[in-house]
Amino acid sequence: MKLENRLRTGPTPSLLVIGHDRTNILLDRRAAVVAASAGILVIILMILAVLLGDFPLTISEVMDVFLGRGEALVRTVVLEWRLPRAMAAVLFGAALAVSGALFQTITRNPLASPDIMGLANGSYSGMILALVFLGGSWPMLVTGSLAGGLAAAAIIYLLALRDGLQGFRFIMVGIGVSAMLASLNTWLLLRVDLDVALLASAWGAGTLNSITPATLIPTGFSIMMLLCLVPAVSAPLRQLSLGDDAAASTGAAIGPARLAAIVIAIGLVSAVTAVSGPIAFIALSAPQITRRLAGTAEIPLGATGVVGGLMLLVSDLVAQHVIPLTLPVGVVTVVSGGLYLVWLLVREARRTT
Amino acid sequence: MTAPPLRSQAATLSYDKRVIVEDLTFDIPAGSFTAIIGPNACGKSTLLRAMAGLLAPAAGQMILDGKGIASLAPREIAQRLGLLPQTAIAPEGITVAELVARGRYVHQRLLRQWSAEDRQAVDDALRLTNVTELADRRVEHLSGGQRQRVWIAMVLAQQTPLILLDEPTTYLDIAHQMDVLNLLHELNAAGRTIVAVLHDLNHAARYASHIIAMKAGKVLAAGSPAQVITAATVSAVFGLETEVIPDPVTGNPMVVPHDTRA
Repeated sequence: MKLENRLRTGPTPSLLVIGHDRTNILLDRRAAVVAASAGILVIILMILAVLLGDFPLTISEVMDVFLGRGEALVRTVVLEWRLPRAMAAVLFGAALAVSGALFQTITRNPLASPDIMGLANGSYSGMILALVFLGGSWPMLVTGSLAGGLAAAAIIYLLALRDGLQGFRFIMVGIGVSAMLASLNTWLLLRVDLDVALLASAWGAGTLNSITPATLIPTGFSIMMLLCLVPAVSAPLRQLSLGDDAAASTGAAIGPARLAAIVIAIGLVSAVTAVSGPIAFIALSAPQITRRLAGTAEIPLGATGVVGGLMLLVSDLVAQHVIPLTLPVGVVTVVSGGLYLVWLLVREARRTT
Repeated sequence: MTAPPLRSQAATLSYDKRVIVEDLTFDIPAGSFTAIIGPNACGKSTLLRAMAGLLAPAAGQMILDGKGIASLAPREIAQRLGLLPQTAIAPEGITVAELVARGRYVHQRLLRQWSAEDRQAVDDALRLTNVTELADRRVEHLSGGQRQRVWIAMVLAQQTPLILLDEPTTYLDIAHQMDVLNLLHELNAAGRTIVAVLHDLNHAARYASHIIAMKAGKVLAAGSPAQVITAATVSAVFGLETEVIPDPVTGNPMVVPHDTRA
């Protein structure tokens, strides 16, 4: 009886009401199952990520490290290299996935994502410019890529803004700006010295090779702060899928919600790109994959974050251990994401014919 | 006589500086079933958006329950009026009950996402629109008539005294058109003020208690069906010569166009 009071169903049987009548939240059963399953896989794979490598470790060696014991070399391998890298993969994957989910929700278009719309290319331009004009110090590169991402976003926003943000116009302008920035980047790389170009190219593929605790901690903290803001906009964003007018007339403040979502999404993608370079396709594919797994009408934001973290962690493990030569993780996500994009386009084409 | 819940005071509406509706003044009588009629592109949908507070007038104002609608927050407007726009989209895979529950947004909070009142309002809306049996079906699998009932149920679940609908009968066959109009009539009889953009003059004449006839962004006539639906007004609004005769079923005015074939 008491359990029944705490676990009631919402508007449809798939939605669980958690809490009392005056204080509660709704939880989609299948989205929760997807999130929990992905979460368990993330934990298992993180353990594997710490154990595997050229210097294999056993579970007891790793436990020793966490208990404050163990050899100095083992401590370095675990705490300085492998654990930060695995944590970065999960956090960055979650950030990219949620960023893509926000873009796709506000534009009501599964093709919208920060990588397709030029934010990553903008960050990359900023990073190359910082490398050339401000020297290659880490804070300068981070500042440059953040500024580049925000500048690209501002250009898209200004060009696309008319009578509010129209979904399709926003995406088309973004693709145009993205193409222009890509050419700018190629031109910049041809003009700079060879060693600078090599450094920039390595970063340009998207990689977690350069993750250290010093870069992970500030970035991870910013990402978690931004993710904490997402629940505040998720309810009005859900209304937005009814169409702008229908959403607004149910009482949703769609203008402020949309602006807040864009700012959060840009913040998330810029934070990741500044450290790892543009990692493609997680933002594009994770939201749609999660929505199909959960069978929900809208993209479930929480579950998307977990699935995105899992996807980048798997991609990074593949990049490090499965393929004989070590690749940047961005190459793995481009290949798997490219296959996804082909599938998505074929499916959309089938539906419209 | 209660004060009109909604009035337009010299409202001028424009998109991108292109004026659609100019200097429009009228009242929506309390408890009325008001039909807005007029030729295509005369500004009816624009007017409805402004009445719902979605478009701020370039000049003049819309007054909702005695307050300028521009001074009200979206939540305050949504507690007073609900709108069914033509542009409403049913998200892929959403069920009927889930869609109807979206109408409860204004009554919900971040940490109160589903209450006993929400359940009651959704159940009532499903029952009033006769779609209770469809509650767990997906909206995309419904017929056009059923889908329109579901959208009306969503607006009902919002529990507002005033409901605006943009062409609620468009794309429905005649039986389903009657069905939707009868439903609106029942809601009106139960105390809600209804404002609907209607294309069919004979529907407006039969169902509405008050008709606003617009042409090129101006109100040409407003009043009871007997006052508005006349051969002279129809000619002025639509540029079409007609006979207006008593409807053989209800006695309301009925419009029969002249035979203009060559």
